[in-house]
Formats: sequence, structure tokens, C-alpha cells
Amino acid sequence: MFNASDLRKNLKIQIDGDPYVIVDFTFSKPGKGQSLYRCKLKNMINGNQFERTYRSGDTFAPANLREKKMQYLYAEDRNYCFMEAETYEQVYLTEDQVGDAKNFLSDNLDVEILFFGEKPLGITLPNFVDLTVTVAEPWAKGDSVTGKSKPIVVETDYALQAPPFIEEGEKIRIDTRTGEYLTRVKE
Amino acid sequence: MEADWRLATKRNALQIRAAMIRAIRRFFTDRAYLEVETPSRIPGPAPEAHIDAIPSDGWYLHTSPELCMKRLLAAGYPRIFQITRCFRGKERGSRHIPEFTLLEWYESGIDYIRMMEVCEEMIVSVAHDLGHEGNITYQGRQIAIDRPWEKISVMEAFRRWSGVSMEEALERDRFDEIMVGEIEPRIGTKGPVFLYDYPVALGALARVKKTDASVAERFELYMGGLELANAFSELTDAAEQRARFEEELKSRRASGRAAYPMPEKFLAALPAMPESSGIALGVDRLAMIFADRESIDDVVAFTPEEL
Repeated sequence: MFNASDLRKNLKIQIDGDPYVIVDFTFSKPGKGQSLYRCKLKNMINGNQFERTYRSGDTFAPANLREKKMQYLYAEDRNYCFMEAETYEQVYLTEDQVGDAKNFLSDNLDVEILFFGEKPLGITLPNFVDLTVTVAEPWAKGDSVTGKSKPIVVETDYALQAPPFIEEGEKIRIDTRTGEYLTRVKE
Repeated sequence: MEADWRLATKRNALQIRAAMIRAIRRFFTDRAYLEVETPSRIPGPAPEAHIDAIPSDGWYLHTSPELCMKRLLAAGYPRIFQITRCFRGKERGSRHIPEFTLLEWYESGIDYIRMMEVCEEMIVSVAHDLGHEGNITYQGRQIAIDRPWEKISVMEAFRRWSGVSMEEALERDRFDEIMVGEIEPRIGTKGPVFLYDYPVALGALARVKKTDASVAERFELYMGGLELANAFSELTDAAEQRARFEEELKSRRASGRAAYPMPEKFLAALPAMPESSGIALGVDRLAMIFADRESIDDVVAFTPEEL
């Protein structure tokens, strides 16, 4: 069981028998008042969304989902194809089901596909992924020590901030939980 | 090894934070407030229903320096301030971090209305020291800091922005939800606002208003959409204070939370405490405003997740 203080973005919980994912989350606590956990929840089966505010004392069952390790193959017509390496079993997720994870999918990436019964519903990414930088302004030497940042784009077309010394063609590590740059990867 | 870039990007915010804390110290020392340091580890915090202290070897880490500072007040220190780390369990969000910095100050002989003025003076003085004149830009919005600042009673705020009255909201246990969802987003869009006169049940250490027994002399300062400070005309009646603490403890037990020990030494000192007002201000949140950062994570060197 989860408590209200376990609630966070991307947590999957069960409500009335259906799996839901928290797509947006805000913690608030007015002075001297109680903790409020404002969640936007999405039904993982039909995509319906609703907002609700929970309080401490509320408890939640984890979503009854099965995880299967699969590899990302390709995307076509807004469908994302994944394959189980041993059985060659392939499944498809819609763009909506993949959600923000699409920013971090590079070819052959190992991910966990979430099944509700036999139905694939969603994806869990590794915490860290390595992606190649496709767009970055050239480095003006001397910028690195000042804690500046510049916008870059990686191979998935995801845009983020990175240190000034990052250049096109380099590989960088990104934390998929925050979407932030972590470090340069030397191959 | 590559330098920690994310940490390096905080440099500007950390510099502003440090300058802000220097300016706060200057304000209080110039006005003959004594800077004090009280212990972080105490037998128990002031019993309040919704504030969870972190246990520490049989005692607790303080959630605020309030009890110790009031004992100093009672012992004859009329103007005191403290900047200290405080700890509150399970509070984490873009405006909350379990280990945070509070500025508290207390002054004898004044009430919460005069405290509003001191609060204005302090923040305007710090803003000037940091080079702001008249306006502060926070997240793309202008905050006009010319004094005096707007004052709205909680009852009026409910009347203006919520479908239900303050009394009704309390009765239906929807006060906090409406405050966060309906009122907070609508107040102080142009300048800082004092929200004042809270229901007695929401000010366990505040004096009841003489002209209206349903509210306590408590205010909160909002600035740039952030709840920045909480102040009281301090309750000095020991018997009433004990009864209020008992109510809070009852509520804690009912919800299965740790019931803190009754702060007997504080209660014993209370009869000697003069009429006074005290305030607690979130230093991290004030730094968010002056450094123009959206998240508390950006104005502390390390978050718990980064350790």
C-alpha cells in the first residue's frame, strides 16, 4: 500500500479496479494546515483524466501491473514498437501511452513494458539514458566555470539545458525522472 | 571528473541568498535586536496538529525555535531574532523541503498589527540592500513593494474568492483546500498582502482577538504567490495555552500521529512573558523571490535527493 506522502508524478495506483498513472502532482501545505496532495490522474486503460486532492491518511493500492523487459524498436504513425528479445514477441504502444517517455527512447533501449492482463498499457524507463546531441551552439571557451547553461537538442528531438562545453555529436547522460542533463559520456 | 554542472548553475542564486541573509542580519542588529541561537534538538516541538517533527535519539529536531525563543522573551530579552535550520517531516514539493531555514523574531510590547509594519520595513530594507527600488520582478510578474501593503481578513478573502464562508469551510473541513485552490492563487498578484485574523483553531499559539472571539490575532504574508511568513500576537495565558495544546494533541492522536510531550518548561515560563508579537519567515522562499527562482531546490545548495 502507498500513503499520501508516497504520491508523486508517474506513480501507478489502482482505483476501482483500474490502473491509473499520476500525470501531474503538486504538494501544498497552507501555514498551520494539513498537507494536500493535488494529483491529476489518468486512467491507463481508457485515457480518461481527473483531478483530485488527497490528504495524509489516504492510502492507495499499487496498480496491478505486470512488467516485462522489452527493447524499443521503432516508431511508425505515432505507434511505438517494442520487442521481447528472447521470444521476438512484439507489442505496440500509442503515443499517448508512451507519454513523455518518447523523449528518451533511442533504438534498442531496454525498457519495462507494463501489462494489465494481456494488454500493454505503459512504459517504465531506466533512470538514466545516454543520448547523442544533435543540436548545440559551438562552445565559447571559458564559459564552463561560470555555471552557465545553453539549450541543446538530442537525437529524440528532446530539448534541454546543458553546460556550455557540450557539442554536437557528443553523447550525454540524462536522468529520465527529471529530464535533466547529468554528465558527458565518453565512449 | 566533470564538474557538477547543476550545482554550478546555482551560483547566482546562492550569492543572492547569502547577500540577503547578510542584509537581514544588518536590519536586526541595526535596530538592537539580539541575535540568539537555540538548540535544534529539543524534547518536543510545540504540539500542533499538522506539523510533524523528525525524531532524534528520543527527542526531536525542532520544527521552529518558537518555544525556546519565547522562554528568552519571558526571561527579559525584549527584542530577539534567530536564523536557523528547522526540520519538518514529509514536507517536500517545489516550495517545501524537510530541512529549511527559518527567520524568527520576537518583540515585546507590540501586537500583530505593529508586527506587519516591522515585517514591511525589514523586507523593504533587504530589497534596497539588494539593489531593488519600488518593484521586484518575480517569475515575470512585478511585485510593487511600496508601503503600506494590502491587508485582507481571512473572512473577507473567503467572501471574495470562495463560494463558501470561512465558518462553513471550517465546518466541512475544506478550509485548507479552498485556501490553496481558490484564495492563494488570487491574492497578492500586484504586491505583498497580509492575510489576517485566522480561525482560533488554526492558531494554537496566538491570542484570541478581543473584539471577535472566533478569530485569533494571526497573519500570514503572501508575496509573489508564495506564503512567506506567519505571525501572532502571542498567547500569554498559560492555562489557555495548555488547553489549546491539549486540543492539538487530541487531534494528533486521533489521526495516529506522534503525540509530543507537553512543553511544561515553556508553559511554566509563559506567565512571565510580556505582551508581544513574533513571526516566522521562510528564508528559502524569500530567497526564491530575490533570486527569481521557481523552485526551492534552486536556492539551496543541496536537496535531500542530491545527497
